Amino acid sequence: MKILGSEITPYSTYLNRRKFIKGTFATALATTISSNVFANHQASPDIYNKFLGENDTINSYEEITTYNNFYEFGTHKKHPSLNSGNFNPNPWSIKLEGLINNPQTIDLEKLLSKVTVEDRVYRLRCVEAWSMVIPWQGFQLSELIKIADPISSAKYIQFVTVLRPEEMPGQQKRTIIWPYREGLRMDEAMNSLTILATGLYGHKMPNQNGAPIRLVVPWKYGFKSIKSIVAIRFLNEQPETSWETLAPWEYGFYANVNPSVDHPRWSQSTERRIGEFKRRETLMFNGYEEEVAHLYKDLDMTKFY
Amino acid sequence: MFSTKNFNRSKPYIFLLLLFPSLLWIIQFITGNLGVNPIERIMDEFGLMALRLIILTLAITTLANIKKLKSIVLFRRMIGLFAFYYVTLHFSTYIFLDHFLDINFIIKDIVKRPFITFGFISFLCLIPLALTSTNQMIKRLGFKVWKKIHYLIYPAVILSSFHFYMLVRADKTEPMIYMGIIVLLLLQRIAKKLNLLQLNQ
Repeated sequence: MKILGSEITPYSTYLNRRKFIKGTFATALATTISSNVFANHQASPDIYNKFLGENDTINSYEEITTYNNFYEFGTHKKHPSLNSGNFNPNPWSIKLEGLINNPQTIDLEKLLSKVTVEDRVYRLRCVEAWSMVIPWQGFQLSELIKIADPISSAKYIQFVTVLRPEEMPGQQKRTIIWPYREGLRMDEAMNSLTILATGLYGHKMPNQNGAPIRLVVPWKYGFKSIKSIVAIRFLNEQPETSWETLAPWEYGFYANVNPSVDHPRWSQSTERRIGEFKRRETLMFNGYEEEVAHLYKDLDMTKFY
Repeated sequence: MFSTKNFNRSKPYIFLLLLFPSLLWIIQFITGNLGVNPIERIMDEFGLMALRLIILTLAITTLANIKKLKSIVLFRRMIGLFAFYYVTLHFSTYIFLDHFLDINFIIKDIVKRPFITFGFISFLCLIPLALTSTNQMIKRLGFKVWKKIHYLIYPAVILSSFHFYMLVRADKTEPMIYMGIIVLLLLQRIAKKLNLLQLNQ
């Protein structure tokens, strides 16, 4: 994996960083005892912090990897971290199919040698009104689309998660119709914010976060960012997606973060940032309005939620 | 074993047993041991405990029909009051920790979201039950009136089970189990009523 190896600081440093910030007393003590240790902790986050919005702090590795929605491993937030130990993402390949000039099954290692993996620090806003800030490593989906070389009639892309009930206990129960499926419009997929992520905090993608490769679409609710992808299909019509199939009155195909369009069961106007006490205002397109608002200027977002 | 005397003796222990989870969660909350979203977690724990205790009070009435277990009703008031205690903690978490006393938001939330409306009405139903749970109150109101007031447990338990059912996103197994138990407990009461009617004819 190409993750600017020299620049990445071990994730354990980040783990510690949060504790440092939180435990003011501990920080003060540490500073007096060892200014060297403290200097390390101060310097390290900068490689990610330079990508951060003004009001954001990165969530800790622990927060990101123990509070997950990944129903393939169970429906509680702690289930994915507890139940994903038997999942083996090596080796991995992805099937590219549909309306493309280069249909193929591509090995993940081979794919990674053809693309540029880089750091992307994004806000992630769940449809359940909580959010995090996550330092991903990944490459732009547009790079993979170039490899697939879609023909002009391809207007949508569908993604499919792996189906392995023996390794994914959640799939043994029919909470969702397995395998999980998601989709994007071609222009959304080509947007430079949309990435396929293969790591976080400079680590290989943990199983509970969608190993070994997952989508990240930061201006949409988290459920759009499908995990453990095995197939990518290029289609001429809007594909079926899992949550929309399950409850179309609650979850739409677009699922753009929008504080003014409420979920029928709860308000979307505020969110709880994991690690913070008070709720925050939810931002239009999760704060990525500048980059993506133009994609939807002709769309009635109360109808196409 | 199932004598009134024994039941009365065990009351302090049951009191501590029912109080313990709330203290544990509060300590865990303060010390940062309730996971990464502690407000959500403690609200869920309080709420689920409340629902379980409400159902337990109904189950006690049913079980007390068995002659040997008759004295079990001695626990019912305490468990009912603990149910109210946990509902109050659940509601307070929602008001103070989840929404920081943002009254405008909360009122909108209660009016607009059916699952919150259900939970709120259920809480309101339980208030008169808690207030009238003393021997003095029973005397003052008369048993008939008191009993009528306490029929409010039925809307309360039904609404709280729907409140839980509606907030779950995909796997409805757990709320369905509670609803199943509630249906059985209600059927038992209906069957008993019908039986009495037949005996009277």
